Amino acid sequence: MFENFDAQILARAQFAFTVSFHIIFPAFSIGLASYLAVLEGLYLWKKDKVYLELFDFWKTIFAVAFGMGVVSGIVMSYQFGTNWSVFSDKAGPVIGPLMGYEVLTAFFLEAGFLGVMLFGRNRVGPGLHFFATLMVAFGTLISATWILSVNSWMQTPTGFAINDVGQFVPVDWWKIVFNPSFPYRLVHMVIAAYLTTAFVVGAVGAWHLLRHTAPRRAGVMFSMAMWMAAIVAPIQIMAGDAHGLNTLEHQPVKVMAMEGHFDSHPDGAPLILFGIPNTAEKRIDYAVEIPKLSSLILKHDLNAPLAGLDTVPDDKEPPVAIVFWSFRVMVGIGFAMLGVGLFSLYCRWRGTLHENRWMHRVALVMGPSGFVAVLAGWITTEVGRQPYTVYGHLLTADSISPIAAPAVAASLIAFVIVYFIVFGAGTFYILRLMARLPRDPMPDLDDGPIRTSGITPAAQTGHHGGKHGH
Amino acid sequence: MAIDLPFIWAGIIAFAVLAYVILDGFDLGVGILFPFFPEKHDKDLMMNSVAPVWDGNETWLVLGGGGLLAVFPLAYATILPALYAPLIIMLLGLIFRGVAFEYRWRTNRAEYLWNWAFAGGSIVAAFSQGVALGALVQGIPVTDRAYSGGWWDWLTPFSLATGVALVIGYGLLGATWLVMKTEGHLAERSRGFAFKLAFATVGAMGIFSLWTPFLEPLYLDRWFGFPTMIFSVIVPLLVLGCLYLIISGLKKGRDVQPFLASLGLFVLGYVGIGISFYPYIVPTSLTIWEAAAPDESLAFLLVGALILVPMILCYTAYAYWVFRGKLNPDEGYH
Repeated sequence: MFENFDAQILARAQFAFTVSFHIIFPAFSIGLASYLAVLEGLYLWKKDKVYLELFDFWKTIFAVAFGMGVVSGIVMSYQFGTNWSVFSDKAGPVIGPLMGYEVLTAFFLEAGFLGVMLFGRNRVGPGLHFFATLMVAFGTLISATWILSVNSWMQTPTGFAINDVGQFVPVDWWKIVFNPSFPYRLVHMVIAAYLTTAFVVGAVGAWHLLRHTAPRRAGVMFSMAMWMAAIVAPIQIMAGDAHGLNTLEHQPVKVMAMEGHFDSHPDGAPLILFGIPNTAEKRIDYAVEIPKLSSLILKHDLNAPLAGLDTVPDDKEPPVAIVFWSFRVMVGIGFAMLGVGLFSLYCRWRGTLHENRWMHRVALVMGPSGFVAVLAGWITTEVGRQPYTVYGHLLTADSISPIAAPAVAASLIAFVIVYFIVFGAGTFYILRLMARLPRDPMPDLDDGPIRTSGITPAAQTGHHGGKHGH
Repeated sequence: MAIDLPFIWAGIIAFAVLAYVILDGFDLGVGILFPFFPEKHDKDLMMNSVAPVWDGNETWLVLGGGGLLAVFPLAYATILPALYAPLIIMLLGLIFRGVAFEYRWRTNRAEYLWNWAFAGGSIVAAFSQGVALGALVQGIPVTDRAYSGGWWDWLTPFSLATGVALVIGYGLLGATWLVMKTEGHLAERSRGFAFKLAFATVGAMGIFSLWTPFLEPLYLDRWFGFPTMIFSVIVPLLVLGCLYLIISGLKKGRDVQPFLASLGLFVLGYVGIGISFYPYIVPTSLTIWEAAAPDESLAFLLVGALILVPMILCYTAYAYWVFRGKLNPDEGYH
C-alpha cells in the first residue's frame, strides 16, 4: 500500500504520528504536576486530609501518564537524527543547545525527584517530599519553556547566520531564545496544559458526583477544576488572540490558511465561520461568513485590506483545508470551555455546583476536550508552517534523511502498532484508576505491603501504587 | 585556539554515554534476568529495586542524543540514519520496558504480559544497543555530510556478537545490583547468575578485543603501536583484576564489591573503545573537530553544562541515597 508514497510523506507521517501521541502526555503532566503541588501545599497548610487523599489519587495517575510521556519523548529525541538528518545537521548548532539545556535543566530534575515524589514520602518526611513535588512541577514547566523556544525559533527564526556549509549558526542567543513568537506560544501552551488538566480533573470529579461515590473529595476536585475553567478559559481566549496577531505579523500565510482567505480583500475581509475549503478551485464552498469581521479582529479596522493566498506562490502555501479545520476545532473547543466556566459560575451563584446534574454531565463530556484542542492547535501551527521546517529558510523537502521509503514505511507501521497497544493499554489503566475513588471515608484496602498472587482484582485495583510506603 | 571546545565536549558526551551505559545497564540487566526468577514476589522486589531510579538513568540516553545534536550535529546526522533499524528497535524495546514499570502494578489479569514486556523490552533494547555499538566500531561511511552506506550495513557477525555481549554484560550489572540490593534466596540466586555472567562478560570482552583490531587498520595501529599499546597491555590486566574482585566478592558474600567491580569492567571496556576511536567520532569518517558545531554553540552550552552537570550528579546521588541499602521486602514501593 505504500508504493504511491514517497519517503518524505512517510517520514512526515511518522513524525506527525509520534509527536501527536507524545504531546498528549506533557499537555496532561504539566498541568497535573502543578495540581499535585497545589494539593500537597494545601494539605501541609490546612492539614485537611482530603487534600492528601486527592494527592495520592492523582499521583498514581500522574505516574502512569508520566511514564508514557518519558518513553514517547525518548523517541522524539532520536527521530530528528534518524529521519531528519539534514535538518539536524543544518539547524543543530542553533536548536541543539536549547534542547541540551532542556535535558540539563528539566529532564534530570523531573526524573531525579520523581522517584522521591512517588516512592519516598516515608523516607524523607513531608517537607522534603513537598520540595520533590515542587521540583517535578517546576521541571515540567522548564521543559516546556525550552522546547517551545525551539519550536518557536523554527516558526520565527531570528538571531542566526548561515555558514559556508549551509548550517544555521548562532549570532545572538538572546534573539534565538526569545524569538518573536516564543512568549506567545509559551503562554498559550502552558495555559492549554492547565486547562486540559482542569477539564480532566473536572470530568473525574463530575463522574464521581454523578455516582455519589465520594462526595467530599469529588466535590473538592470538581470545584477546583471549575474555578480553573471559569478563570483561565477567558484568559486563554485572549492569549490565543494575541498569539494570532503575532502570527499575522510574522507568518501571514499561515493566517490566510487559518482564515480560509484564498482571495485578497482590499476593503475589509469577512470572517468565515464555516465552509468547505475547495483547494482545487481556490475557494471556500458553502461559506457562512460575517462581512469585514476578520479585518476587525486582525487589524482592528473594518475596512483594513487583508492579503490572501492569491499573493503567495502555490508551492509556498501550507495545506489549507487541514489548517482551516484544525483551527476551527481549537477555537470551538475554547469557547465551549468558556461556556462550561460560565455555567459553573452560575451554578456556584445558585449554590448548586455539587448537585446540578446537567453541570456534571456537561463537565464529564468535556473531559477529553483539552486534548483535542491541544492537538488541533498544534496541527494548525505545524501544518501552517509548511512547506518549511525552518520558516522561510529551509524546506521540509530539503530536511529529510536519505532513508529509503521501505525502511521508513516499516518503522512507521511498527510505531503505529506499538503505540496503539502500549498507549491504548495505558489509557485503559488510567481510566480505571480514575473510576476508582474509594468511598468517603477512604477504607484502607491495603492488606499487605506487596500484593501476593492470591489477591483478587477488585482489591488489587484499590491498591494505588506508591500510596503507602508501609 | 586557546580552548579546544570540541575536545572538551567529546569528553562530556563520552561521560554522558558512559553514565548511561552503567546506570541504565544495571536496570536493563534486572529486566534481562526477569524471566529467570519465576516467583512473583521476587519479580516484585526486582522491579522495585530499580523503580525509583530508572527514569533518571534513561535521561542520560536523552542527554547523549540531545548533546550529540547540539555539539556534534554532523555526527548525529550521520550515525543515526546509518543505525536506523537498530535504533528504532531499541526505542520500541525501551517503550515496552518503560511502561511496564507502571502497568505491571495496574492489572492482575495481564501481569504476565507486562512481565514479558519488561523482560523482552530490556533484552531487545540491550541487544540493539550492542548491535549499534558494533556497527559504529565497524565504521560508518560519510559522503557530502550524509551517510553513504547501505541500509543493512549495520548487520554483520561482529555487530550481532557485540549485541549478545552487551546483553551478557548488562545481565552481570543487573545480577550484582540485585546481590547488593536484596537478601535471602533472591540474593543467593543472583549471586549464582553473577558468577557465570562475570566469566561470560570477560570472555566476550576478550573476543571483542581480539576481533576489533582486524576490522580496521587504525585500530590495529592503536592496539599494537607505541605509545597506545601500553594500554593494550594494562587494560587486560585490569580486566582480570576486576574479574578477581567480582569473584572473590561473591565468594566472601560481600554486597557492594561485585557491583562496583562490574562497573569497573564496563569503564575499562569503554576506555578501550575510546582509545581505539580517538579522534574520530564517526569512525573512520569524521573527527570530533570535523563534526563539531561552531564554537558559539559549544561555548553557550558549555557554560550551562559546567554548572548543571555537577548539580545533576549531586541530586541524582541524593535520590540514590534516599533509596539506599537493602530493599525491605515489607516496604512496598508500589
